[in-house]
Amino acid sequence: MDYSSGRLLVSQRERQSSRFRAWVLLAIPLAALLFQISVPRFFQFLGFLDMPLLVVIYFSLMWRSQIRGLAIGTLMGLAQDSLSHDPLGMFGIDKTLVGYFAASVGVRLDVDNALLRLLLTFFFYLFHQCLYWVMEHALLSRQPAFDIQRWLVLGLLNTIVGVSLYHFLDRLRESV
Amino acid sequence: MESFLNRYRNITVLLLVIFAQLVLLAVQVKNDQDVRVIRVWTITAVTPVARVVETVRGATVGFFQNYFALHNADAENRRLRDEVGRLRIENIFLKNELSTADRAKALQVFQSKTASKLVAATVIGTGAATGSKMVLVDAGSAAGVQRGMAVVTPDGIVGKVIAAYPTGSEVMLVTDAEFAAGVVSQKTGVRGTLKGQGTPTCKMDYVPLEEKIEVGDVLYTSGDDRIFPRGFPAGVVKVVRNGQPFKEILVEPTGLQHGVDDVLIVVQGVHQEIPPVPPANQPVYISPTAPPEQKMPAAATTPAAGAPGGAPAPTGTEADRLRSAYKAVGDAQNHVFGEGLPGSKPPDFTKLPGSPSVPPGANAPAGTKPPAPATPKPAAPPQAAPAQPQTLPAAPPKQPDSQRKANQAAGAAGPTGQGPDH
Repeated sequence: MDYSSGRLLVSQRERQSSRFRAWVLLAIPLAALLFQISVPRFFQFLGFLDMPLLVVIYFSLMWRSQIRGLAIGTLMGLAQDSLSHDPLGMFGIDKTLVGYFAASVGVRLDVDNALLRLLLTFFFYLFHQCLYWVMEHALLSRQPAFDIQRWLVLGLLNTIVGVSLYHFLDRLRESV
Repeated sequence: MESFLNRYRNITVLLLVIFAQLVLLAVQVKNDQDVRVIRVWTITAVTPVARVVETVRGATVGFFQNYFALHNADAENRRLRDEVGRLRIENIFLKNELSTADRAKALQVFQSKTASKLVAATVIGTGAATGSKMVLVDAGSAAGVQRGMAVVTPDGIVGKVIAAYPTGSEVMLVTDAEFAAGVVSQKTGVRGTLKGQGTPTCKMDYVPLEEKIEVGDVLYTSGDDRIFPRGFPAGVVKVVRNGQPFKEILVEPTGLQHGVDDVLIVVQGVHQEIPPVPPANQPVYISPTAPPEQKMPAAATTPAAGAPGGAPAPTGTEADRLRSAYKAVGDAQNHVFGEGLPGSKPPDFTKLPGSPSVPPGANAPAGTKPPAPATPKPAAPPQAAPAQPQTLPAAPPKQPDSQRKANQAAGAAGPTGQGPDH
């Protein structure tokens, strides 16, 4: 066992933040994008899932770093914009803010708690939908419906799936 | 300054990133141009993996299907399905051409023109946004696909290419809120614009209230939009109601009825004629009525006196035949029944055919063929003979029984003006 001085002087926050292997950081976001474009073709009832958003929330909470959170939010958002017909930046801005605020919350709270994860996921899903609605109105001059009831139901479904996904992704964390 | 930036480093980075993306958005919206670089990177990175995933999924599912079902039927089925799709579109074109009045000209036109050039493509993914009406196909600019090309299936139009990359293309479906295509009604020729609504049904817009369009009308592409060649099925009208300022018409697109798995991209379109409306009521064949059964008594087989030369044996009731006989007597004596003054001389009814005082054929009208000698047959009198004397318009003079029977037999064989009803 190597007790270097650098590791003894590591900050408390770094010790609390989760670490992931490089292949996990590549494979999981890519898998989320592939899931988003492939699975609804065969199981249309799964079209309500926003897997890239769930991945952004998870990594932002786990990393507890606002820079990393907004970075992964930006990358996932721009990739999702590239695979849709919307202009680049719609999902990019949305998920950038989600990643930043999720990381900010992760710094202050113990995000390993399942109930807290459930509440945070539900809140950030609604935040994501409302912000996207505002951006469509303000930036693209569209008139989408403000269907809050639908968002609440979909938020609940995404939250249930998300919490189960987080449980699986926890196994990919490196032990510190 | 350095401590300020270090203290607010995170929020500064966030604001910079947000600002950069807003500028990116503004450039795209203002100039209506796409930033292809990022999209090309993403599409190029995702489509090969998506193709691998689709191949693995298809191979896995296909393995079990082929193993437990038919061994090679799946590959042949796919190949035949592609070929049938291409043949059906070509068949539609050929049928429309051959239905023109001038077949020779239609064949010459067809020979001078080629059918639409099509590129087959497979759908490998959908749009990443939830509820997206966009799909990814595995045919890109390397296969000759360009932005703006029409995408069809044998059932009808599916959408149009909105972006073409080397390894794939993005296709906007007809149900997308931003989709639009020019259509025309097959029955009434009413033109409009087919627009998507983000739901499984589309709407036909810009149809004036005075135009006539009905539920069940089939819509075809009109070719006005310069994207879809004319003559491709677009949809079927489901709902029609008056709105303001145009009619509200809901259309069910036909191209998406059987799902979107394999599509055809129109690389080189050829306009076709709109097929004619099939007749609503097919003519039904009704055979002519059967002639009534002819009762042929033995006495009626001989040609009757007064009958035109070569005329068939008289038909009708006994009263008709007797009436005809009396009319023949009147005609022979140039007498018209009902026109004489009261008290005028009636015709000589002793001249009835079959009367002993009258030789056969003597009372026949001029120009008629003299009948064969008709021998009275007292053994076979008509059944209604006893009642006949009561129905006669004018009572003949009293005659002996044998002569009366002979008259009755002659009356039964008399000419009649009535024939079978048609």
